[in-house]
Amino acid sequence: MTFNSSDIILEARGVSKYFGTITALENTNLNLRPGEVLGVVGDNGAGKSTLMKVLSGLFKQSAGSIFFEGKKVEFSSPRDSQNLGIEMVYQDLALAENLPIGDNIFLGREPTRNFGPFKFLDHKKRKQLTEEHLSRLKINVKSADQRVEELSGGQRQAVAIARATAFDAKIVIMDEPTAALAVKEVGKVLDLIKGLKDLGVGVIVISHRMDDIFTVSDRVMALFQGTNFAESQLRQTSRDEVIGWIMGKKI
Amino acid sequence: MENKEDTLFIRLIPYIDRYGILLLIAIMLLILHLLQPDVFFSWRNITNIFKQISWQSMLALGVFMVIVTAGIDLSVGSILMLSLMALAIASRAGLPWQIVIFVAPAVGMVCGMINGLGITILRMPHPFIMTLGTLYIFRGVGNLISGGVPIGGFADQLRSIGSGKIRLEWLYGEGATQYIPSSLIIIIIIFFIFWIFLNQTKIGKWIYAIGGNPEAARAAGINVNRILILVYTLCGFLSGIGALILAGRTGSAYPNAGLQSELDAIAAVIIGGASFFGGRGTVLGVFAGVFIMGLLRNGLNLMNVSVFWQQVLIGSIIILAVYIDVLRRQFGTRK
Ligand SMILES: Nc1ncnc2c1ncn2[C@@H]1O[C@H](COP(=O)(O)OP(=O)(O)OP(=O)(O)O)[C@@H](O)[C@H]1O
Ligand SMILES: [Mg+2]
Repeated sequence: MTFNSSDIILEARGVSKYFGTITALENTNLNLRPGEVLGVVGDNGAGKSTLMKVLSGLFKQSAGSIFFEGKKVEFSSPRDSQNLGIEMVYQDLALAENLPIGDNIFLGREPTRNFGPFKFLDHKKRKQLTEEHLSRLKINVKSADQRVEELSGGQRQAVAIARATAFDAKIVIMDEPTAALAVKEVGKVLDLIKGLKDLGVGVIVISHRMDDIFTVSDRVMALFQGTNFAESQLRQTSRDEVIGWIMGKKI
Repeated sequence: MENKEDTLFIRLIPYIDRYGILLLIAIMLLILHLLQPDVFFSWRNITNIFKQISWQSMLALGVFMVIVTAGIDLSVGSILMLSLMALAIASRAGLPWQIVIFVAPAVGMVCGMINGLGITILRMPHPFIMTLGTLYIFRGVGNLISGGVPIGGFADQLRSIGSGKIRLEWLYGEGATQYIPSSLIIIIIIFFIFWIFLNQTKIGKWIYAIGGNPEAARAAGINVNRILILVYTLCGFLSGIGALILAGRTGSAYPNAGLQSELDAIAAVIIGGASFFGGRGTVLGVFAGVFIMGLLRNGLNLMNVSVFWQQVLIGSIIILAVYIDVLRRQFGTRK
Protein backbone atom coordinates (compact mmCIF):
# COMPACT_ATOMS: atom_id res chain seq x y z
CA MET A 1 0.00 0.00 0.00
CA THR A 2 1.50 3.32 -1.03
CA PHE A 3 0.71 6.65 0.49
CA ASN A 4 -1.94 8.57 -1.39
CA SER A 5 -2.07 12.36 -1.16
CA SER A 6 -5.74 12.25 -0.20
CA ASP A 7 -5.00 9.88 2.66
CA ILE A 8 -4.53 10.91 6.24
CA ILE A 9 -0.87 11.88 6.70
CA LEU A 10 -0.83 12.16 10.48
CA GLU A 11 -3.06 10.47 13.00
CA ALA A 12 -3.21 10.27 16.76
CA ARG A 13 -5.28 7.31 17.92
CA GLY A 14 -6.44 6.98 21.51
CA VAL A 15 -3.64 9.13 22.89
CA SER A 16 -3.52 9.64 26.66
CA LYS A 17 -0.94 11.56 28.63
CA TYR A 18 -0.56 11.59 32.40
CA PHE A 19 1.77 13.78 34.44
CA GLY A 20 1.94 11.98 37.74
CA THR A 21 -1.65 12.12 38.96
CA ILE A 22 -2.70 14.81 36.46
CA THR A 23 -4.55 13.60 33.38
CA ALA A 24 -3.68 16.01 30.57
CA LEU A 25 -5.13 13.87 27.76
CA GLU A 26 -7.52 10.94 27.85
CA ASN A 27 -8.06 8.81 24.76
CA THR A 28 -7.82 11.64 22.23
CA ASN A 29 -7.88 11.30 18.46
CA LEU A 30 -6.70 13.64 15.74
CA ASN A 31 -6.11 13.33 12.04
CA LEU A 32 -4.74 15.55 9.31
CA ARG A 33 -4.56 15.41 5.52
CA PRO A 34 -1.91 16.98 3.29
CA GLY A 35 -2.84 20.53 2.32
CA GLU A 36 -5.39 20.71 5.10
CA VAL A 37 -5.47 23.32 7.84
CA LEU A 38 -6.86 21.98 11.10
CA GLY A 39 -7.82 24.54 13.73
CA VAL A 40 -7.63 23.27 17.31
CA VAL A 41 -9.47 25.12 20.04
CA GLY A 42 -10.10 24.59 23.73
CA ASP A 43 -10.01 26.26 27.09
CA ASN A 44 -6.75 26.93 28.96
CA GLY A 45 -5.49 23.61 30.19
CA ALA A 46 -7.66 21.62 27.79
CA GLY A 47 -4.60 19.66 26.63
CA LYS A 48 -3.97 21.26 23.23
CA SER A 49 -0.26 21.90 23.72
CA THR A 50 0.23 18.51 25.32
CA LEU A 51 -1.29 16.72 22.33
CA MET A 52 0.91 18.71 19.94
CA LYS A 53 4.03 17.94 21.98
CA VAL A 54 3.19 14.26 21.70
CA LEU A 55 2.90 14.68 17.92
CA SER A 56 6.25 16.50 17.77
CA GLY A 57 8.03 13.86 19.85
CA LEU A 58 8.78 16.14 22.79
CA PHE A 59 6.47 14.13 25.06
CA LYS A 60 6.02 10.39 25.00
CA GLN A 61 2.34 9.48 25.21
CA SER A 62 1.25 7.35 28.18
CA ALA A 63 -1.09 5.34 25.94
CA GLY A 64 -2.24 5.32 22.33
CA SER A 65 -0.42 5.46 19.00
CA ILE A 66 0.76 7.86 16.32
CA PHE A 67 0.53 7.01 12.63
CA PHE A 68 2.43 8.81 9.91
CA GLU A 69 1.48 8.13 6.29
CA GLY A 70 -0.43 5.14 7.54
CA LYS A 71 2.48 3.60 9.43
CA LYS A 72 2.75 3.43 13.18
CA VAL A 73 5.65 5.56 14.44
CA GLU A 74 7.44 5.93 17.77
CA PHE A 75 9.13 9.23 18.54
CA SER A 76 11.86 9.16 21.15
CA SER A 77 12.87 12.75 20.46
CA PRO A 78 11.70 15.70 18.34
CA ARG A 79 14.49 14.73 16.00
CA ASP A 80 12.53 11.63 14.96
CA SER A 81 9.48 13.67 14.00
CA GLN A 82 11.64 16.28 12.27
CA ASN A 83 13.19 13.54 10.18
CA LEU A 84 9.68 12.66 8.96
CA GLY A 85 9.00 16.30 8.12
CA ILE A 86 6.96 17.31 11.17
CA GLU A 87 7.87 20.77 12.48
CA MET A 88 6.44 22.65 15.42
CA VAL A 89 6.20 26.22 16.65
CA TYR A 90 5.98 25.90 20.42
CA GLN A 91 3.70 28.11 22.49
CA ASP A 92 6.65 29.26 24.59
CA LEU A 93 8.67 29.49 21.34
CA ALA A 94 11.53 27.27 22.59
CA LEU A 95 14.31 29.61 21.48
CA ALA A 96 17.78 29.87 23.00
CA GLU A 97 17.75 33.58 23.68
CA ASN A 98 21.50 33.84 24.12
CA LEU A 99 22.06 32.70 20.53
CA PRO A 100 21.67 34.63 17.29
CA ILE A 101 18.63 34.22 15.04
CA GLY A 102 20.42 32.00 12.53
CA ASP A 103 21.73 29.68 15.23
CA ASN A 104 18.20 29.24 16.53
CA ILE A 105 16.72 28.48 13.13
CA PHE A 106 19.33 25.82 12.47
CA LEU A 107 19.73 24.56 16.05
CA GLY A 108 20.26 20.79 15.92
CA ARG A 109 20.53 20.89 12.11
CA GLU A 110 23.49 23.19 11.59
CA PRO A 111 25.04 23.33 8.13
CA THR A 112 28.56 21.93 8.30
CA ARG A 113 31.51 21.44 6.02
CA ASN A 114 33.97 18.61 6.12
CA PHE A 115 37.58 19.05 7.04
CA GLY A 116 39.20 15.66 6.75
CA PRO A 117 37.33 13.37 9.13
CA PHE A 118 35.92 16.35 11.05
CA LYS A 119 32.78 18.35 10.52
CA PHE A 120 32.90 22.04 11.32
CA LEU A 121 30.11 24.58 11.40
CA ASP A 122 29.66 26.41 8.14
CA HIS A 123 29.03 29.90 9.49
CA LYS A 124 28.86 31.48 6.06
CA LYS A 125 26.30 29.06 4.74
CA ARG A 126 24.16 29.34 7.85
CA LYS A 127 24.16 33.11 7.56
CA GLN A 128 23.28 33.00 3.88
CA LEU A 129 20.46 30.47 4.33
CA THR A 130 19.11 32.46 7.26
CA GLU A 131 19.02 35.72 5.34
CA GLU A 132 17.37 34.06 2.35
CA HIS A 133 14.75 32.41 4.51
CA LEU A 134 13.97 35.54 6.52
CA SER A 135 13.50 37.60 3.39
CA ARG A 136 11.32 34.88 1.86
CA LEU A 137 9.09 35.13 4.93
CA LYS A 138 9.33 38.95 4.84
CA ILE A 139 10.61 39.03 8.40
CA ASN A 140 12.30 42.29 9.28
CA VAL A 141 15.25 42.14 11.62
CA LYS A 142 18.41 44.20 11.69
CA SER A 143 20.67 41.26 11.04
CA ALA A 144 20.65 37.49 11.10
CA ASP A 145 23.37 37.72 13.73
CA GLN A 146 21.19 39.52 16.24
CA ARG A 147 20.64 37.58 19.41
CA VAL A 148 17.08 36.54 20.09
CA GLU A 149 17.11 38.31 23.48
CA GLU A 150 17.42 41.61 21.61
CA LEU A 151 14.24 41.01 19.61
CA SER A 152 10.68 42.08 20.35
CA GLY A 153 8.07 39.48 21.27
CA GLY A 154 6.65 39.53 17.77
CA GLN A 155 10.05 39.19 16.16
CA ARG A 156 10.77 36.20 18.39
CA GLN A 157 7.54 34.62 17.31
CA ALA A 158 8.59 35.19 13.72
CA VAL A 159 11.92 33.48 14.37
CA ALA A 160 10.13 30.47 15.86
CA ILE A 161 7.94 30.28 12.75
CA ALA A 162 10.98 30.67 10.51
CA ARG A 163 12.56 27.76 12.32
CA ALA A 164 9.58 25.51 11.60
CA THR A 165 9.44 26.39 7.92
CA ALA A 166 13.11 26.26 6.94
CA PHE A 167 13.26 22.54 6.20
CA ASP A 168 10.57 21.63 3.65
CA ALA A 169 8.13 20.34 6.23
CA LYS A 170 5.24 18.04 5.35
CA ILE A 171 3.41 19.02 8.50
CA VAL A 172 3.67 22.24 10.48
CA ILE A 173 2.13 22.47 13.94
CA MET A 174 1.68 25.99 15.30
CA ASP A 175 0.78 26.46 18.95
CA GLU A 176 -0.73 29.95 19.23
CA PRO A 177 1.50 31.48 16.56
CA THR A 178 -0.30 34.82 16.62
CA ALA A 179 -0.47 35.33 20.38
CA ALA A 180 2.22 38.02 20.51
CA LEU A 181 1.54 39.71 17.20
CA ALA A 182 0.17 43.04 16.03
CA VAL A 183 -2.64 43.05 13.45
CA LYS A 184 -0.38 43.37 10.43
CA GLU A 185 1.88 40.57 11.62
CA VAL A 186 -1.11 38.33 12.29
CA GLY A 187 -2.06 38.81 8.64
CA LYS A 188 1.43 37.73 7.55
CA VAL A 189 1.25 34.54 9.60
CA LEU A 190 -2.20 33.67 8.28
CA ASP A 191 -0.96 34.28 4.71
CA LEU A 192 2.00 32.06 5.44
CA ILE A 193 -0.33 29.29 6.60
CA LYS A 194 -2.33 29.60 3.37
CA GLY A 195 0.94 29.46 1.44
CA LEU A 196 1.92 26.24 3.22
CA LYS A 197 -1.49 24.78 2.47
CA ASP A 198 -1.05 25.60 -1.23
CA LEU A 199 2.25 23.72 -1.15
CA GLY A 200 0.39 20.67 0.13
CA VAL A 201 1.68 21.00 3.69
CA GLY A 202 -0.67 19.87 6.43
CA VAL A 203 -1.03 22.54 9.12
CA ILE A 204 -2.38 22.35 12.65
CA VAL A 205 -3.10 25.74 14.21
CA ILE A 206 -3.98 26.25 17.84
CA SER A 207 -5.50 29.62 18.58
CA HIS A 208 -7.79 31.33 21.03
CA ARG A 209 -8.64 33.91 18.36
CA MET A 210 -11.76 32.96 16.42
CA ASP A 211 -10.61 35.26 13.60
CA ASP A 212 -7.52 33.11 13.05
CA ILE A 213 -9.48 29.89 13.13
CA PHE A 214 -12.19 31.12 10.78
CA THR A 215 -9.74 32.73 8.35
CA VAL A 216 -7.46 29.78 7.67
CA SER A 217 -8.98 26.51 8.86
CA ASP A 218 -10.64 23.87 6.73
CA ARG A 219 -11.77 21.98 9.78
CA VAL A 220 -11.98 22.77 13.46
CA MET A 221 -11.78 20.49 16.46
CA ALA A 222 -12.27 21.25 20.13
CA LEU A 223 -10.65 19.63 23.14
CA PHE A 224 -12.32 19.84 26.51
CA GLN A 225 -10.63 18.70 29.71
CA GLY A 226 -8.25 16.46 27.85
CA THR A 227 -10.80 14.76 25.61
CA ASN A 228 -12.22 15.23 22.10
CA PHE A 229 -15.33 17.35 22.51
CA ALA A 230 -16.50 18.26 19.01
CA GLU A 231 -15.31 18.54 15.46
CA SER A 232 -16.65 19.93 12.20
CA GLN A 233 -15.79 21.15 8.72
CA LEU A 234 -15.47 24.89 9.06
CA ARG A 235 -18.29 25.72 6.68
CA GLN A 236 -20.71 23.60 8.67
CA THR A 237 -20.24 25.47 11.90
CA SER A 238 -20.33 28.98 13.30
CA ARG A 239 -18.29 31.09 15.66
CA ASP A 240 -20.93 30.90 18.33
CA GLU A 241 -21.01 27.15 18.14
CA VAL A 242 -17.21 26.87 18.38
CA ILE A 243 -17.10 29.30 21.31
CA GLY A 244 -19.71 27.08 22.98
CA TRP A 245 -17.49 24.02 22.45
CA ILE A 246 -14.59 25.78 24.14
CA MET A 247 -16.78 26.27 27.20
CA GLY A 248 -17.97 22.69 27.06
CA LYS A 249 -21.45 23.38 25.65
CA LYS A 250 -23.10 21.72 22.70
CA ILE A 251 -26.19 23.31 21.22
CA MET B 1 20.77 53.82 17.34
CA GLU B 2 23.40 56.23 18.64
CA ASN B 3 21.97 58.86 20.89
CA LYS B 4 23.75 62.20 21.19
CA GLU B 5 22.86 62.40 24.83
CA ASP B 6 24.62 59.19 25.63
CA THR B 7 27.55 59.87 27.84
CA LEU B 8 30.96 58.86 26.64
CA PHE B 9 30.88 56.01 29.12
CA ILE B 10 27.73 54.50 27.67
CA ARG B 11 29.05 54.75 24.14
CA LEU B 12 32.24 53.04 25.23
CA ILE B 13 30.38 50.10 26.70
CA PRO B 14 30.40 47.88 23.58
CA TYR B 15 34.15 48.29 23.35
CA ILE B 16 34.68 47.73 27.03
CA ASP B 17 32.53 44.67 26.59
CA ARG B 18 34.75 43.20 23.93
CA TYR B 19 38.18 44.46 24.85
CA GLY B 20 37.76 45.45 28.48
CA ILE B 21 39.50 42.41 29.81
CA LEU B 22 42.52 42.97 27.58
CA LEU B 23 42.56 46.56 28.78
CA LEU B 24 42.51 45.36 32.37
CA ILE B 25 45.44 43.06 31.67
CA ALA B 26 47.37 45.87 29.97
CA ILE B 27 46.81 48.18 32.94
CA MET B 28 47.88 45.48 35.38
CA LEU B 29 51.02 44.78 33.36
CA LEU B 30 51.87 48.47 33.27
CA ILE B 31 51.35 48.97 37.01
CA LEU B 32 53.36 45.88 37.89
CA HIS B 33 56.13 47.00 35.57
CA LEU B 34 56.22 50.47 37.14
CA LEU B 35 56.23 49.03 40.65
CA GLN B 36 58.85 46.35 39.93
CA PRO B 37 60.82 47.66 36.93
CA ASP B 38 63.76 45.26 37.32
CA VAL B 39 61.98 42.03 38.09
CA PHE B 40 58.52 41.99 36.66
CA PHE B 41 59.17 41.87 32.93
CA SER B 42 62.14 39.53 33.27
CA TRP B 43 61.89 36.33 31.24
CA ARG B 44 62.17 34.37 34.40
CA ASN B 45 59.25 36.06 36.13
CA ILE B 46 56.91 35.91 33.14
CA THR B 47 57.57 32.21 32.58
CA ASN B 48 57.02 31.75 36.28
CA ILE B 49 53.55 33.20 36.04
CA PHE B 50 52.67 30.84 33.22
CA LYS B 51 54.05 27.86 35.08
CA GLN B 52 51.96 28.77 38.12
CA ILE B 53 48.73 29.16 36.18
CA SER B 54 49.24 26.16 33.91
CA TRP B 55 47.47 23.50 35.95
CA GLN B 56 44.88 25.93 37.29
CA SER B 57 43.98 26.98 33.76
CA MET B 58 42.95 23.40 32.99
CA LEU B 59 40.49 23.38 35.90
CA ALA B 60 39.16 26.78 34.86
CA LEU B 61 38.61 25.64 31.29
CA GLY B 62 36.68 22.61 32.48
CA VAL B 63 34.58 24.58 34.94
CA PHE B 64 33.96 27.15 32.20
CA MET B 65 32.32 24.60 29.93
CA VAL B 66 30.18 23.39 32.80
CA ILE B 67 29.17 26.96 33.68
CA VAL B 68 28.21 27.59 30.03
CA THR B 69 25.60 24.83 30.42
CA ALA B 70 24.32 26.72 33.49
CA GLY B 71 25.86 24.07 35.75
CA ILE B 72 28.70 24.09 38.24
CA ASP B 73 31.47 21.66 39.15
CA LEU B 74 32.76 21.99 42.69
CA SER B 75 34.69 18.74 42.54
CA VAL B 76 37.49 19.68 40.11
CA GLY B 77 40.05 20.23 42.88
CA SER B 78 39.26 16.81 44.31
CA ILE B 79 39.32 15.20 40.86
CA LEU B 80 42.77 16.71 40.38
CA MET B 81 43.96 15.30 43.70
CA LEU B 82 42.51 11.83 43.06
CA SER B 83 43.97 11.73 39.53
CA LEU B 84 47.31 12.82 40.91
CA MET B 85 47.27 10.10 43.58
CA ALA B 86 46.27 7.47 41.02
CA LEU B 87 49.12 8.59 38.81
CA ALA B 88 51.56 8.42 41.72
CA ILE B 89 50.44 4.93 42.68
CA ALA B 90 50.71 3.72 39.09
CA SER B 91 54.17 5.21 38.91
CA ARG B 92 55.24 3.64 42.21
CA ALA B 93 53.91 0.29 41.02
CA GLY B 94 56.56 0.46 38.33
CA LEU B 95 54.34 0.91 35.32
CA PRO B 96 56.19 2.46 32.38
CA TRP B 97 55.75 6.21 32.05
CA GLN B 98 54.07 5.77 28.65
CA ILE B 99 51.18 4.18 30.52
CA VAL B 100 51.30 6.26 33.67
CA ILE B 101 50.83 9.35 31.55
CA PHE B 102 47.28 8.23 30.68
CA VAL B 103 46.27 7.40 34.25
CA ALA B 104 45.47 10.92 35.44
CA PRO B 105 43.34 11.98 32.44
CA ALA B 106 41.55 8.62 32.50
CA VAL B 107 40.76 8.79 36.21
CA GLY B 108 39.66 12.40 35.71
CA MET B 109 37.29 11.35 32.94
CA VAL B 110 35.75 8.62 35.07
CA CYS B 111 35.22 11.07 37.94
CA GLY B 112 33.67 13.62 35.55
CA MET B 113 31.42 10.97 34.07
CA ILE B 114 30.23 10.03 37.56
CA ASN B 115 29.25 13.68 38.07
CA GLY B 116 27.48 13.78 34.71
CA LEU B 117 25.60 10.54 35.30
CA GLY B 118 24.56 11.64 38.78
CA ILE B 119 23.24 14.96 37.52
CA THR B 120 21.29 13.47 34.63
CA ILE B 121 20.30 9.92 35.56
CA LEU B 122 19.86 10.40 39.31
CA ARG B 123 18.17 13.71 38.41
CA MET B 124 19.92 15.63 41.16
CA PRO B 125 18.05 18.92 41.55
CA HIS B 126 21.19 20.92 40.87
CA PRO B 127 24.78 20.09 39.81
CA PHE B 128 25.91 22.01 42.90
CA ILE B 129 24.66 19.17 45.08
CA MET B 130 26.09 16.29 43.08
CA THR B 131 29.52 17.90 42.76
CA LEU B 132 29.53 19.04 46.38
CA GLY B 133 29.08 15.39 47.27
CA THR B 134 31.84 14.25 44.97
CA LEU B 135 34.12 17.04 46.21
CA TYR B 136 34.24 15.09 49.47
CA ILE B 137 34.09 11.64 47.93
CA PHE B 138 36.93 12.03 45.42
CA ARG B 139 39.33 13.57 47.91
CA GLY B 140 38.39 10.92 50.43
CA VAL B 141 39.07 8.16 47.91
CA GLY B 142 42.38 9.85 47.02
CA ASN B 143 43.44 9.67 50.64
CA LEU B 144 42.19 6.11 51.01
CA ILE B 145 44.27 4.83 48.10
CA SER B 146 47.38 6.73 49.14
CA GLY B 147 47.07 6.28 52.89
CA GLY B 148 46.94 10.05 53.23
CA VAL B 149 50.66 10.55 52.70
CA PRO B 150 52.61 12.16 49.84
CA ILE B 151 53.97 9.88 47.14
CA GLY B 152 56.92 10.95 45.03
CA GLY B 153 59.54 9.64 42.67
CA PHE B 154 58.11 10.18 39.20
CA ALA B 155 60.03 9.30 36.06
CA ASP B 156 61.77 12.21 34.34
CA GLN B 157 59.74 11.78 31.18
CA LEU B 158 56.59 12.11 33.26
CA ARG B 159 57.85 15.24 34.96
CA SER B 160 58.86 16.85 31.69
CA ILE B 161 55.20 17.52 30.86
CA GLY B 162 54.83 19.90 33.75
CA SER B 163 58.38 21.14 34.13
CA GLY B 164 60.03 20.66 30.75
CA LYS B 165 61.87 23.55 29.16
CA ILE B 166 62.16 24.42 25.53
CA ARG B 167 65.42 26.33 25.46
CA LEU B 168 65.74 29.26 23.13
CA GLU B 169 69.44 28.96 22.34
CA TRP B 170 68.69 29.23 18.64
CA LEU B 171 67.24 32.63 19.39
CA TYR B 172 69.44 33.97 22.16
CA GLY B 173 72.72 32.22 21.35
CA GLU B 174 74.74 29.42 22.86
CA GLY B 175 74.36 29.02 26.62
CA ALA B 176 71.28 31.24 26.87
CA THR B 177 69.03 30.55 29.86
CA GLN B 178 65.77 31.77 28.31
CA TYR B 179 63.21 29.04 27.76
CA ILE B 180 59.54 28.42 27.18
CA PRO B 181 57.94 26.08 29.73
CA SER B 182 56.50 22.99 28.05
CA SER B 183 53.39 23.35 30.20
CA LEU B 184 52.67 26.68 28.49
CA ILE B 185 52.77 25.00 25.08
CA ILE B 186 50.45 22.28 26.35
CA ILE B 187 47.87 24.64 27.74
CA ILE B 188 47.92 26.80 24.60
CA ILE B 189 47.28 23.73 22.46
CA ILE B 190 44.49 22.56 24.74
CA PHE B 191 42.87 25.98 24.87
CA PHE B 192 43.01 26.12 21.08
CA ILE B 193 41.41 22.68 20.71
CA PHE B 194 38.62 23.62 23.09
CA TRP B 195 38.12 26.94 21.32
CA ILE B 196 37.53 24.99 18.11
CA PHE B 197 35.29 22.54 19.91
CA LEU B 198 33.07 25.21 21.43
CA ASN B 199 32.93 27.60 18.49
CA GLN B 200 33.28 25.51 15.37
CA THR B 201 31.36 22.30 16.07
CA LYS B 202 27.70 21.41 16.44
CA ILE B 203 28.19 20.05 19.92
CA GLY B 204 29.89 23.28 20.98
CA LYS B 205 26.89 25.23 19.73
CA TRP B 206 24.55 22.88 21.58
CA ILE B 207 26.46 23.43 24.81
CA TYR B 208 25.73 27.15 24.55
CA ALA B 209 22.12 26.44 23.56
CA ILE B 210 21.60 24.24 26.63
CA GLY B 211 22.92 27.05 28.82
CA GLY B 212 20.56 29.51 27.16
CA ASN B 213 17.42 27.37 27.26
CA PRO B 214 17.54 23.61 27.82
CA GLU B 215 13.91 23.26 26.71
CA ALA B 216 14.75 24.87 23.37
CA ALA B 217 17.65 22.47 22.97
CA ARG B 218 15.37 19.53 23.72
CA ALA B 219 12.74 20.78 21.27
CA ALA B 220 15.48 21.02 18.66
CA GLY B 221 16.07 17.30 19.05
CA ILE B 222 19.27 17.66 21.05
CA ASN B 223 19.89 14.93 23.60
CA VAL B 224 20.51 17.30 26.48
CA ASN B 225 21.49 14.64 29.01
CA ARG B 226 24.05 13.12 26.70
CA ILE B 227 25.66 16.52 26.09
CA LEU B 228 25.72 17.26 29.82
CA ILE B 229 27.42 13.95 30.56
CA LEU B 230 29.99 14.76 27.88
CA VAL B 231 30.62 18.21 29.34
CA TYR B 232 31.19 16.94 32.89
CA THR B 233 33.38 14.14 31.54
CA LEU B 234 35.51 16.63 29.63
CA CYS B 235 35.72 18.78 32.74
CA GLY B 236 37.05 15.77 34.65
CA PHE B 237 39.45 15.02 31.80
CA LEU B 238 40.86 18.54 31.97
CA SER B 239 41.24 18.23 35.75
CA GLY B 240 43.24 15.06 35.08
CA ILE B 241 45.45 16.95 32.63
CA GLY B 242 45.87 19.55 35.37
CA ALA B 243 47.05 16.75 37.67
CA LEU B 244 49.56 15.60 35.07
CA ILE B 245 51.01 19.10 34.78
CA LEU B 246 51.07 19.52 38.55
CA ALA B 247 52.83 16.17 38.90
CA GLY B 248 55.65 17.51 36.79
CA ARG B 249 55.89 20.75 38.71
CA THR B 250 55.90 19.34 42.22
CA GLY B 251 57.39 15.89 41.58
CA SER B 252 55.02 14.32 44.07
CA ALA B 253 51.38 13.71 44.88
CA TYR B 254 50.21 15.16 48.17
CA PRO B 255 46.92 15.07 50.08
CA ASN B 256 46.27 18.80 49.86
CA ALA B 257 46.82 19.06 46.11
CA GLY B 258 44.21 21.27 44.49
CA LEU B 259 42.56 22.13 47.79
CA GLN B 260 40.08 24.97 47.15
CA SER B 261 41.28 25.24 43.58
CA GLU B 262 37.68 24.80 42.43
CA LEU B 263 37.00 28.24 43.85
CA ASP B 264 39.96 29.73 41.98
CA ALA B 265 38.66 28.11 38.83
CA ILE B 266 35.18 29.56 39.27
CA ALA B 267 36.69 32.96 40.07
CA ALA B 268 38.81 32.91 36.91
CA VAL B 269 35.79 31.97 34.79
CA ILE B 270 33.69 34.78 36.25
CA ILE B 271 36.49 37.35 35.96
CA GLY B 272 36.87 36.19 32.38
CA GLY B 273 33.36 37.40 31.63
CA ALA B 274 31.32 34.19 31.54
CA SER B 275 27.80 34.41 32.89
CA PHE B 276 27.20 32.36 35.99
CA PHE B 277 23.72 31.68 34.64
CA GLY B 278 24.99 29.94 31.56
CA GLY B 279 25.05 30.42 27.82
CA ARG B 280 27.66 33.17 27.77
CA GLY B 281 31.42 33.44 27.84
CA THR B 282 34.46 32.80 25.70
CA VAL B 283 37.48 30.52 25.86
CA LEU B 284 39.77 33.51 25.45
CA GLY B 285 38.02 35.16 28.38
CA VAL B 286 38.80 32.14 30.56
CA PHE B 287 42.46 32.36 29.65
CA ALA B 288 42.40 36.07 30.46
CA GLY B 289 40.67 35.35 33.76
CA VAL B 290 43.27 32.80 34.77
CA PHE B 291 46.06 35.12 33.67
CA ILE B 292 44.66 38.02 35.70
CA MET B 293 44.56 35.85 38.83
CA GLY B 294 48.11 34.73 38.13
CA LEU B 295 49.32 38.29 37.57
CA LEU B 296 47.72 39.45 40.76
CA ARG B 297 49.28 36.73 42.86
CA ASN B 298 52.64 37.16 41.21
CA GLY B 299 52.68 40.95 41.55
CA LEU B 300 51.59 40.87 45.15
CA ASN B 301 54.19 38.22 45.94
CA LEU B 302 56.91 40.30 44.32
CA MET B 303 55.91 43.20 46.51
CA ASN B 304 55.78 41.00 49.58
CA VAL B 305 52.11 41.69 50.14
CA SER B 306 50.64 39.18 52.53
CA VAL B 307 48.44 36.37 51.25
CA PHE B 308 45.66 37.80 53.36
CA TRP B 309 45.64 40.95 51.27
CA GLN B 310 45.77 38.79 48.18
CA GLN B 311 42.55 37.12 49.27
CA VAL B 312 40.90 40.49 49.82
CA LEU B 313 42.00 41.70 46.39
CA ILE B 314 40.94 38.62 44.47
CA GLY B 315 37.56 38.74 46.13
CA SER B 316 37.20 42.39 45.24
CA ILE B 317 38.10 41.76 41.62
CA ILE B 318 35.43 39.06 41.32
CA ILE B 319 32.81 41.45 42.62
CA LEU B 320 34.07 44.28 40.43
CA ALA B 321 34.09 42.09 37.32
CA VAL B 322 30.51 41.04 37.88
CA TYR B 323 29.47 44.60 38.74
CA ILE B 324 30.86 45.79 35.40
CA ASP B 325 28.74 43.08 33.82
CA VAL B 326 25.67 44.36 35.68
CA LEU B 327 26.31 47.90 34.43
CA ARG B 328 26.85 46.63 30.94
CA ARG B 329 23.49 44.89 30.94
CA GLN B 330 21.81 47.93 32.33
CA PHE B 331 23.12 50.42 29.78
CA GLY B 332 24.71 48.35 27.19
CA THR B 333 23.87 47.53 23.66
CA ARG B 334 25.37 44.18 23.06
CA LYS B 335 26.95 42.98 19.89
N1 LIG C 1 5.08 19.30 31.94
C1 LIG C 1 3.92 19.19 32.62
N2 LIG C 1 3.93 18.67 33.87
C2 LIG C 1 2.76 18.55 34.56
N3 LIG C 1 1.57 18.92 34.10
C3 LIG C 1 1.51 19.43 32.87
C4 LIG C 1 2.67 19.60 32.06
N4 LIG C 1 2.31 20.14 30.88
C5 LIG C 1 0.96 20.30 30.94
N5 LIG C 1 0.48 19.88 32.12
C6 LIG C 1 -0.93 19.88 32.52
O1 LIG C 1 -1.67 19.30 31.48
C7 LIG C 1 -2.88 19.99 31.29
C8 LIG C 1 -3.01 20.44 29.85
O2 LIG C 1 -2.03 21.45 29.58
P1 LIG C 1 -1.80 22.06 28.14
O3 LIG C 1 -0.58 22.91 28.23
O4 LIG C 1 -1.80 20.99 27.14
O5 LIG C 1 -3.08 22.99 27.94
P2 LIG C 1 -3.46 23.92 26.72
O6 LIG C 1 -4.72 23.41 26.18
O7 LIG C 1 -2.34 24.06 25.80
O8 LIG C 1 -3.76 25.30 27.45
P3 LIG C 1 -3.40 26.82 27.04
O9 LIG C 1 -4.53 27.28 26.18
O10 LIG C 1 -3.41 27.53 28.35
O11 LIG C 1 -2.09 26.81 26.38
C9 LIG C 1 -2.90 21.13 32.29
O12 LIG C 1 -3.66 20.72 33.39
C10 LIG C 1 -1.47 21.27 32.70
O13 LIG C 1 -1.37 21.70 34.02
MG1 LIG D 1 -1.09 25.55 25.27
